[in-house]
Amino acid sequence: MHSVILYTATRYMLPLLVLVSFFLLLRGHNEPGGGFVGGLVAATSFTLYALAHNVAKARRALRIDPRTLIAVGLATAFVSGLPALLRGEPFMTGQWTAFELPVLGKLGTPLLFDAGVYQLVIGISMMIIFALAEED
Amino acid sequence: MLWAVLLGFILAIAAPAAHRVLGRASGWVLGALPAGLFIYFLRELAAIQGGGHRVVSHGWVPSLGVELSFLVDGLSLLFALMITGTGALVVVYSGRYLAGHRHLGRFYAYLLMFMASMLGIVLANNIISLFIFWELTSFSSYLLIGFKHDEQRSRQAARMALLVTGLGGLALMAGLLLMGQVGGSLELSELLGRGEELRAHGLYGAILVLVVLGAFTKSAQFPFHFWLPNAMEAPTPVSAYLHSATMVKAGIYLLARLSPALGGTQAWMAILTATGALTMVLGAWLAIQQVDLKRLLAYSTLAVLGLLTMLLGLGVEAAVKAAVLYLLVHSLYKGALFLISGNVDHATGSRDAGELRGLRRAMPWTCGAALLAGLSMAGLPPFFGFIGKESFYAAVMNAPAQAGLLVVLAVVSMTLMFVVAGVVGFRIFMGPVTGGAARAHEAPRAMWVAPVLLGLLGLLFGLFPGPVERGLLAPAAAAVLGHPDVPVPLDLALFHGLNWELALSVLTVAAGIVLYRSWDRVRAAIGVLERLHRHGPARWYEWALQALDKVARVQTLLLQCGSLPVYVQIVLIVGIVAIGVTWGAPINTLDLTGWRDVRLYEFMIVLVMVLATCEIIRTRSRLTAIISLGVVGYCIALIFQFYGAPDLAVTQFAIETLSVVLFVLVLYRLPRFARLTAGVRRGWDALVAVSFGALMTGLLLTSASKESDSHLSRYFAQNSVAEAKGHNIVNVILVDFRALDTLGEITVLAVAAIGVFALLKLRLEKARRRCPPNAADSAMD
Repeated sequence: MHSVILYTATRYMLPLLVLVSFFLLLRGHNEPGGGFVGGLVAATSFTLYALAHNVAKARRALRIDPRTLIAVGLATAFVSGLPALLRGEPFMTGQWTAFELPVLGKLGTPLLFDAGVYQLVIGISMMIIFALAEED
Repeated sequence: MLWAVLLGFILAIAAPAAHRVLGRASGWVLGALPAGLFIYFLRELAAIQGGGHRVVSHGWVPSLGVELSFLVDGLSLLFALMITGTGALVVVYSGRYLAGHRHLGRFYAYLLMFMASMLGIVLANNIISLFIFWELTSFSSYLLIGFKHDEQRSRQAARMALLVTGLGGLALMAGLLLMGQVGGSLELSELLGRGEELRAHGLYGAILVLVVLGAFTKSAQFPFHFWLPNAMEAPTPVSAYLHSATMVKAGIYLLARLSPALGGTQAWMAILTATGALTMVLGAWLAIQQVDLKRLLAYSTLAVLGLLTMLLGLGVEAAVKAAVLYLLVHSLYKGALFLISGNVDHATGSRDAGELRGLRRAMPWTCGAALLAGLSMAGLPPFFGFIGKESFYAAVMNAPAQAGLLVVLAVVSMTLMFVVAGVVGFRIFMGPVTGGAARAHEAPRAMWVAPVLLGLLGLLFGLFPGPVERGLLAPAAAAVLGHPDVPVPLDLALFHGLNWELALSVLTVAAGIVLYRSWDRVRAAIGVLERLHRHGPARWYEWALQALDKVARVQTLLLQCGSLPVYVQIVLIVGIVAIGVTWGAPINTLDLTGWRDVRLYEFMIVLVMVLATCEIIRTRSRLTAIISLGVVGYCIALIFQFYGAPDLAVTQFAIETLSVVLFVLVLYRLPRFARLTAGVRRGWDALVAVSFGALMTGLLLTSASKESDSHLSRYFAQNSVAEAKGHNIVNVILVDFRALDTLGEITVLAVAAIGVFALLKLRLEKARRRCPPNAADSAMD
């Protein structure tokens, strides 16, 4: 697809949309949002980029192979359940830091879990979409 | 105790790497673990001397009553010692037998995994964990039998063993669960004390049949016996380990373990004794028709498994004593003989007992071991086998029913086994050098140490049966008889005076010698009957597999024709019928008053949705259809937003956007838009669609007009901030309260995505093959 407007717009929109997706991920615990939606937004932005430019460029912009993202995301989600075991609590019990960060509030393993979901959603969407788009 | 079981699994994971590092010495090093465990279990044995048993418990899934608990008594230790002892020898043996094989590391892993699962079976106290270990042995033996996976026969044999034992495993699971329900506990140590209750219960018959099915398939009792000889496709160390000393005895173990709980009834006696006796005679009879060394041994193993089942069925004290004794006797000599057949195969490239003769000069150590093991198997004094056979005869003569018939069957089987012992342990080594024997050479040390050791133990235990009887067999017999704390003396000796047992022994040996001398002629004569066997259970198995194939093909053609509209229709129609039939709420109870509160802008949104839907149906342009579909999706998102579900709304927006983009992406690649259906067919489609829509609407209205039980949502609302420190309840539920569910879901998602990816790549590959690269290049130019 060769559209100058789309071509130029996506170059600026990609980083912005990825930032929005981060924002959605981070605010998810208290406001509407979360890893799943964040991941979808990021995936949409990369898809749009692939549509306007080409898949190879989109892959380069993503930097990480989608398959690696899936594996890392799943592993992150799993690992987020482990700290609870160290304290003798059941797997996946949320653990929280004592201090509070200015914007994020308290940090905890649920955020790590959500980050895993976020990566996994991006990985899965991009793996399938790239494969579809590369078909010719 | 937990570590004793788990170490095997851990080492199995490490085995391939260890093999790579250690190279040729790997067998000796890896064999150290089973050897160490053997010593560990010996110490455990010392601890329960003079009676006693121990239960070691670890919580696993405490909420379901599933515990990882272990029961240590005479019976479990007898098995544990056989498993680890033979295990050590077999690992060392395999190190040389498969030396240089490129998958030797993998082989160790399978073997150790099998050993650990087997230990799990015999030590488990919880019937759920017992069952899990039981299935693990089926699985690891599948890998072991199919180890030569590039040979079709191996694969078929592995599948056969897996299917037969796996089906039995299903029956066993049902039986064990029923037993747990009736007995009110999942712990064996509890259940064994509730035999009276279990046997008096109405479900006893079902429990017995299901458990016995599991045991019979595992221990290859008639009519499930056919998988065992076929499993001889496995490498010889596997046959020596799984198919003589351990896995096939798992069924025997189960029967022995449960006999205090389920045994002693008429049904138990009838089923076990009859099946056991039949398998015993059939196995021995089929054995002497074979010329392949391993098949000879496999069929004679069947005979012994039948013998043990029969003894456990009789259930009286003398029979139980004979059973635990023969269990050990058989493991010693059969393990040795299997390894010897491996040595012969290794040295001559042949296992044909009809052809091989005169190996004694070339293979002195193997020959010595074969003589020791063969004499024990033949039941000659002063070997352990002799004591075992005497004890067996004594038990059969004292059988509570049909003693006369059983004695005849016992003598016949033992005579036939004598012939097998003569062929494997004597004939191939004696006489003039013929056939492949000319090329033979002695096996390396690692390969003759094990059989010599096992053979020597058979002699040692025969000469001095006292220690092993008091230390090991008496506690084991006591456990089978249901009073593990009071050992049962077996009173073993080579000579009990002139009695009937001795007379039967003499008769067996005399008849055996006559039959052995005319083995070639006998084989030729009864070969005629081979045709009968061709219509046996193995045939039924093949027939069942073919029938399964056919059913699968027809069903696939019916349901999976490859047309997406048909799939959707099947799903919708099943949904309409299934939900419509069970959904009983009459229309007039629905609360339809809510529509009065609908605001104008909400009404407008619904109107837009309806119009967009009509457009999707009407349009002949794909792009219009996609965009209209997107409009419907966004409207739904708006409705979510209006009704206070911002999370759902945001997700819906994102999904809609992504799917529209995705559609645009593949738009150019789709075939030209066409109406696939017309006329009556289209009307039918409309009917299905409208019915499903009406059904969903009805369901929603029903659920909306019922008072919902909201204590869950109240709980989440109250605890969201307090427990999970988050104000967004939806997100808190997803990532905290129900995080385990989400973890499961994203795992499924990842697996599904890999499937989709593979399908896409598969199509790509096909397209590329249809159009070779250089042709594509020139086309582009």
